[in-house]
Amino acid sequence: MSPDLLKLIFGRLGLDSLPLHEPILVATFVMVALGGGALFAGVTYFRLWGYLWREWFTTVDHKRIGIMYMILGIVMLLRGFADALMMRAQQALAFGGSDGFLPAHHYDQVFTAHGVIMIFFVAMPLVTGLMNYVVPLQIGARDVSFPFLNNFSFWMTVGGAVLVMASLFIGEFARTGWLAYPPLSNIGYSPDVGVDYYIWALQVAGVGTTLSGINLICTIVKLRCPGMTMMKMPVFTWTALCTNILIVASFPVLTVVLALLSLDRYVGTNFFTNDFGGSPMMYVNLIWIWGHPEVYILVLPAFGIFSEVTSTFSGKRLFGYTSMVYATVVITILSYLVWLHHFFTMGSGASVNSFFGITTMIISIPTGAKMFNWLFTMYRGRIRFELPMLWTIAFMLTFVLGGMTGVLLAVPPADFVLHNSLFLIAHFHNVIIGGVVFGAFAGINYWFPKAFGFKLDPFWGKLSFWFWVTGFYMAFMPLYVLGLMGVTRRLRVFDDPSLQIWFVIAAIGAGLVFLGILSMLMQFAVSFLRREQLKDVTGDPWDARTLEWATSSPPPDYNFAFTPVVHDNDAWWDMKRRGYQRPLTGFKPIHMPSSTGTGIILAGLATAMGFGLIWYIWWLAAASFIAMLAVGIGHTFNYHRDFDIPADDVIRTEDARTKLLAGVK
Amino acid sequence: MSRFKILALLPLAVALSGCNYVVLAPAGDIAAQQRDLVIISTVLMLLIVVPVMALTVLFAWRYRQSNSSARYEPDWDHSTKLELVIWSAPLLIIVCLGALTWMGTHLLDPYRNIGRIHAERPLDQSKAPLEVDVVALDWKWLFIYPDYGIATVNDLAAPVDRPINFHITASSVMNSFYVPALAGQIYAMPGMETSLHAVINHAGTYKGFSANYSGAGFSGMHFNFHGLDDKGFDAWIAQAKSAGGSLGRAEYLQLEKPSENEPVRRYGTVDADLYRLILNMCVETGKMCQSEMMAIDAKGGLGHEGVNNTLPLAYDKYARRGTVLGPEPTFVAGTCTPDAPQGQTTAAIKAPLDTAPLLGAGLKRPTFAPLKSSSFFLGQRPKSDS
Repeated sequence: MSPDLLKLIFGRLGLDSLPLHEPILVATFVMVALGGGALFAGVTYFRLWGYLWREWFTTVDHKRIGIMYMILGIVMLLRGFADALMMRAQQALAFGGSDGFLPAHHYDQVFTAHGVIMIFFVAMPLVTGLMNYVVPLQIGARDVSFPFLNNFSFWMTVGGAVLVMASLFIGEFARTGWLAYPPLSNIGYSPDVGVDYYIWALQVAGVGTTLSGINLICTIVKLRCPGMTMMKMPVFTWTALCTNILIVASFPVLTVVLALLSLDRYVGTNFFTNDFGGSPMMYVNLIWIWGHPEVYILVLPAFGIFSEVTSTFSGKRLFGYTSMVYATVVITILSYLVWLHHFFTMGSGASVNSFFGITTMIISIPTGAKMFNWLFTMYRGRIRFELPMLWTIAFMLTFVLGGMTGVLLAVPPADFVLHNSLFLIAHFHNVIIGGVVFGAFAGINYWFPKAFGFKLDPFWGKLSFWFWVTGFYMAFMPLYVLGLMGVTRRLRVFDDPSLQIWFVIAAIGAGLVFLGILSMLMQFAVSFLRREQLKDVTGDPWDARTLEWATSSPPPDYNFAFTPVVHDNDAWWDMKRRGYQRPLTGFKPIHMPSSTGTGIILAGLATAMGFGLIWYIWWLAAASFIAMLAVGIGHTFNYHRDFDIPADDVIRTEDARTKLLAGVK
Repeated sequence: MSRFKILALLPLAVALSGCNYVVLAPAGDIAAQQRDLVIISTVLMLLIVVPVMALTVLFAWRYRQSNSSARYEPDWDHSTKLELVIWSAPLLIIVCLGALTWMGTHLLDPYRNIGRIHAERPLDQSKAPLEVDVVALDWKWLFIYPDYGIATVNDLAAPVDRPINFHITASSVMNSFYVPALAGQIYAMPGMETSLHAVINHAGTYKGFSANYSGAGFSGMHFNFHGLDDKGFDAWIAQAKSAGGSLGRAEYLQLEKPSENEPVRRYGTVDADLYRLILNMCVETGKMCQSEMMAIDAKGGLGHEGVNNTLPLAYDKYARRGTVLGPEPTFVAGTCTPDAPQGQTTAAIKAPLDTAPLLGAGLKRPTFAPLKSSSFFLGQRPKSDS
């Protein structure tokens, strides 16, 4: 075939795009291929494809979509953490003339991929998954406002993740750091496909995130059950609302800034180039106008989880509900006024720098108020140290440290000596692991029995907890120390042998975290095997306070046979206290949305379009774009969007639960 | 868990003694003041962080389920007094910290001339500051000493107690110029200039590096910074002078090409105009300088004719700078003037410095009469008003 024809068909994709010369990648590929093959064979052997397609892939049930988000987050955590282990190993080894085991070409991709994956494809899915699962239940709704959109959003997120994973074996990922600052990320300095993978993975996933944000805002604003005024919403729902407002207001900025960067890279515009009036500083500003709210997008729901957990396991009302809500709202607003603190060292004037430094510090006031509120929720409570509570206490102790170093970095002159150092790395892992990850784990342990009807095994859970917590401190306290020695981030090799010991300690810490992750996987497996012993039929295993515990575990498709009526902000606690009796008769048919395959098909086409654009396979990009339009328009002609669950089915489901509950008593 | 944490911190405490905490024990006054701010801020915050951590542990222990002697008030969820304390305690600390930040940021603004040599030593006005032009290249540092006419690669020196004014730019991508012992960092960006004012108080050799990831050779992009006494500094200058080599535009274009782990190089003479050309991205002959472009734009620009004033880009650092769907890469050609008829870059033209939009406050904008592009003959235009 002529080279021109090959180029027409394959764009710049060729055999040399496959990283056959990198033994680490080849071995990974073999393992992934074997694992994937086994999974595929297993699903085929047990004839599960039809089941998966009907019950999961095409589902519009917010609960199943929430669970799929969690699975995505955990799977991607394994990938992102593998990157972390490689970085820690490289930095622990590359001393005294040794080059370590990763060449720059590979190492630079590893730290970029680590950041991108952990933020976009681990933290975001975990947080979105929990919101998706819990919010409709907490507000007494039967699903989200736009169930089809929810399914579509999820698959778009998966599409982004697929593109990032594809970059591992086809071509390469960006070597720019996780925010891809130009001019480095521009075509002149990154001519290969790495940055294009970055752009299209985030663009595809970003559509999903934005739509999911709109969906949850509508859900919270419009679908609350009777009696649930805004100030009677559970705190987790409040934080979810604020987070989704942040998403809707900030993700378009990311979309636009990446679109401008792709124009620079594809058609030769000069938004962020050095020449022709371009300004890379504009990119840095824009990306952080998205990037800083993103931090709060992640941590606010975690704050919500901790509020629910503290109150439940202290057996006590949340202290200062109103100030908690206002603190959340204040953080939401302030998070838009601080972005410049990520680049004080760019040389803005002193007045600009101190403005942004001080606004940043002001955020610590509502955050501090929240911390005190949790503290005084514990005060005069009866604290049960179940797993979610353990994670919460670890969070409280860890997060104040991270918050403190964060405020320190907000003092511009202090930032000048600590910026981009390992101190900064330690700081943001301190708040993201200590806040978001611990929060997600608290949430998983807390709501798992709701989703599956049995608790998670406490032994493996505690093991995982202790490995994570000690591992975290061992991995990141040395980085604080190294930062104070003036060691900067993203270095691949080191000259000063006296630093090595700290990197070795950090690597051991990462090893402990690895054990923590393995224990968590064991915890899932063991809990599944022991599900009969860990079973909960009451639907309320923790003696909890909010509406999601009023229904069965797992909840029926329709969540609540009758829409609950709320009189108190701890609605379920209030119902229990007033001797609430579950209605046993009078069931009616329930109107529900129908499953549809459109979401997964559209997302698949979007992913194909991204792949085509990355590799300059124009026919593929054009064809999948046109197909997307066709499928989208076709979906408007789908009139089978809803159905009624017959009253008989509801009666059967509810009677089964009545029997179960009677068995307990 | 606190016990585990202490265990985890133990090795840190042991090793604390033997290491070089350059950020906490710097050798320059600016870095020392920044260090002071780090410590004061930390202590201020510990005022609230320590009680919170202690209360967390205390409450968690005291109100554990098995302790039935502790009071249990399941409905107690509000106390106005407590709420006031909760909000005002952090507020007070932030007020203090905010004041400290405002002052510290202004006093330690890297653009500001330093006000003292050392806590006990005032500035000696008779001593002229040392001017150093810094260029971040892929992946090495170029230092030009305009007053001495020398340049070095990956080796920087300054006399003890003499103020240093750094002018910092980059050739291609963003870097950050950082000598932890001397002063905080500042970004080095292509086509732009940042400054840093600092002074070194103790003789010695310190590490400097780029603190912003800039590509494959980033790890090797470090240099030594020597704090020398006056005699030592003269000797260091003399050493560079005797090294011989000269750094002109052609040599710079060679040097600028990406390379990793560069050894120290010295140039005895250096093109006096080189730094200005680098900053304005017009070292290549025939390329229009940014300052000139901005001067033209300030007068209303070249209009449609400007589109034709480009030439195909022939030089290239990397494989190809063009984009797949875009036009062939070009650059803006220098203009012919009576001084430089060959389309050479014209040194004299500088962009007017117009800070009115930034400062605002009722300042009038300088009036620039926009010229009609059709009557715009470059040779005849009035002298630039810079």
